[in-house]
Amino acid sequence: MSLSKRIPMLLLRLIALGASVCAIVIMVTSRDSAQVFGMNISAKYSNIPTFKYFVLVNAIASAYTLILLCIPSKNSCGHMILVLDLVIALLLDSSISACVAIGLVGKKGNTHAGWLPICGQVPKFCDHVTGAIAAGFIAAIAYFLVVLYSVHSVMNLFAPRA
Amino acid sequence: MASEGREKPEVGHDQAPAVSTKVDSIIKVLRVLAFLLTLDATLVMALNKQTKTFTVATIGTVPLRATLSAKFQHTPAFVFFVVANANAALHNLLMLAVAFAGSKLSLKGFAPLVVPVLDLVNVAIVSGGASAAVFMGQLGRNGNSHARWNKICDKFESYCNRGGAAMISSLVGVLLMIIICAVSIVRIRNHYAGYNKLPLNSSVLP
Repeated sequence: MSLSKRIPMLLLRLIALGASVCAIVIMVTSRDSAQVFGMNISAKYSNIPTFKYFVLVNAIASAYTLILLCIPSKNSCGHMILVLDLVIALLLDSSISACVAIGLVGKKGNTHAGWLPICGQVPKFCDHVTGAIAAGFIAAIAYFLVVLYSVHSVMNLFAPRA
Repeated sequence: MASEGREKPEVGHDQAPAVSTKVDSIIKVLRVLAFLLTLDATLVMALNKQTKTFTVATIGTVPLRATLSAKFQHTPAFVFFVVANANAALHNLLMLAVAFAGSKLSLKGFAPLVVPVLDLVNVAIVSGGASAAVFMGQLGRNGNSHARWNKICDKFESYCNRGGAAMISSLVGVLLMIIICAVSIVRIRNHYAGYNKLPLNSSVLP
């Protein structure tokens, strides 16, 4: 397959791999503790199931990308890889969506449910989580571009017909 | 098939093996189901509301009562859920109309690409909405002791149960939409691989 077609795909997959590994590292190293009213409040990513799901999905995505970059390129399972790409892109998208929803509750609270915001007490934790969500967002967009690019390169809309 | 090399290629009319009509009807059935499920999720969540009166304190023998209500608008995640599912229901309805009327239209150029790309976009949006709602619901049901967030499902049980039912139907709808989207994308490859003489195995791997 021509080099000019392979390079964008390779680049996008590398960006996705880097972004999802960054997201995992930033989320796992997020912790902060504070003293409020004489009580010790410590915030870790594992206290919140949504962030554990985020780490899990990003781990699956990076493992999948790593395996895909290492196998030889003369295989005939292009269809299955396209479908798996789609599934991984959707998983990444769902993980960042859930983290943003929980992060909003942490940042602004929810007065109707009586939930107070915690970002005022543990600012470092909140910053780390924001950074991890941003990296996860980049990984999700990269995977969507991978799926769109593989659709486009089959359509070959801008090349002269054979 | 020698005469088609001179004409501008059209989708689907010339190459219509018998398998493709069976796949077509399966896709139509799946789209009807996905439409019904997302519509159901939208309606159940949008009409989800519960009001309860609590005794907050007792002064002497007179109880002080406060009325609290749980509505879906209180939570941004549920608002996104309703909007995303409404969008997906509308999309499925439109794509059903296109699928039923498509055999009478002749599609050239970019037109056959529109359906799978729109499918992809809508699947992404609905999956995001469904997962956000699921995790907010989990937070409401279990609370979070580390963040001092109390659970609300023990007080507003029917609100939580209805929300859970909407989430389940949306998740099943997302699953069906993923299958539909994957089949649409794979079918583009089958339609176009012959014209551009691209081998099917070469374009996705790096």
